[in-house]
Amino acid sequence: MISVFVPSQLSSYTGGVTRVQAKGATVGAVLDDLDRAYPGLKFRVVDEQDRVRRHMRLFIGPVETRDVSRPIADGGELLIFGALSGG
Amino acid sequence: MTEAIRLLVGTRKGAWTIESDAARAGWTVKGPLFLGQIINHFVADPRDPKVMLMAASTGHLGPTILRSTDGGASWTEAKAPPAFPKGEPHGRSVNHTFWLQPGHASEPGVWWAATSPPALFRSEDHGDTWEGVKGLNEHPKILDWLPPDGGTPDGAMVAGIAIDPRDARHMYLATCSAGVLETTDQGATWRPLNQNVEASFLPDPFPEYGQDSHQIALAPTNPDRIWQQNHCGVYRLDRPGERWERIGKAMPPEVGDIGFSIVPHARCDQTAWVFPMDGTDVWPRVSPGGRPAVYRTRDGGASWERQDNGFPKEQGWFTVKRQAFCGDAGAPQGLYLGTTGGEVWMSGDEGESWRQVCAHLPEIYSVVAAPAP
Repeated sequence: MISVFVPSQLSSYTGGVTRVQAKGATVGAVLDDLDRAYPGLKFRVVDEQDRVRRHMRLFIGPVETRDVSRPIADGGELLIFGALSGG
Repeated sequence: MTEAIRLLVGTRKGAWTIESDAARAGWTVKGPLFLGQIINHFVADPRDPKVMLMAASTGHLGPTILRSTDGGASWTEAKAPPAFPKGEPHGRSVNHTFWLQPGHASEPGVWWAATSPPALFRSEDHGDTWEGVKGLNEHPKILDWLPPDGGTPDGAMVAGIAIDPRDARHMYLATCSAGVLETTDQGATWRPLNQNVEASFLPDPFPEYGQDSHQIALAPTNPDRIWQQNHCGVYRLDRPGERWERIGKAMPPEVGDIGFSIVPHARCDQTAWVFPMDGTDVWPRVSPGGRPAVYRTRDGGASWERQDNGFPKEQGWFTVKRQAFCGDAGAPQGLYLGTTGGEVWMSGDEGESWRQVCAHLPEIYSVVAAPAP
């Protein structure tokens, strides 16, 4: 299982919970699993061409990635953040 | 005769409703809905007013469509919002839906969505799932007509959709870089419809396509009459004619005929309203001279009259975006406009006088008048 941090921007999907568990061997697979549990969540983070949206950031543990094909080890952590932007 | 109205207001920071009494005299502001979400368009289905859609996104998250099937009491997210096919050859992804259009009366449940980057999508289930319209989105000339990065400050877009009430297959699009496009087979094929419409920002100022159509509207009682507010003026086209007439030439030169929106009269095809904005030098896009006014024609555009009673007489620098000026179906017709400064103004006498019904909202993107529930 992967431990996933969910930012405030997505907490409406998870009922306010900011830490959830998901399955998957890649970032994309973890997001797919999240989307099954919380329909609509993935499309708001990653577009239809599998690009991470401009103002979203993904980290596998401490390492940032914008590649959803990146592997993620079982027991690892995926962190989803809203980028520092706004106004 | 008038009826109670519910204004559906989309803003850069959420949605609000503003409801009137039957006389359209007293107004009550309700909201916010989805505070912080960018609501580009908030529309009720005239065929089934309990169905309402919002085009939503946020500064961080991707776009979606929010749906209500109980008149706004509860909301859910579309199962499959507008999206290009994965791996499509141009690499496009939907940034936001700009315009939501209920379908033809003969097709209950059908909606159309116009997006940025420019594309068209169709739903057959009241906006729950959406499919791209291949005849446009995969047209061989799509990158010439509607390049994904070829447009306006908020992104290149299809800016509006108009459907012929006599024929569901006959539709027009207002676009930011191909002017007006027409289909007579419900989107399978398209052609530009821009004769005599200026594109002063191109080497050929009267090209086949390349114009920036800000908004189009069919006269409700005469769908062969199309009104257009273009980047380069106000136009009218009477079908089956092909050549637009720049009726904005009759506007006072110091005001000009630049703006974003045009509102047809509900019962008279000679009458329409525009909200002129300054289109000089760096295109300030505010009321010329800081004196807001709408202009009305009652003779098909041969002449225009200024209507500013109630608006600030000076230092009123209104900007009204293209979805933020509308009318209702009452008699006399009510008119409503929202400003980027968060003010909503209304006229209950066809523009003769105006009053502010709401201030201090966030930047207003859209105002739609619907019957109150």
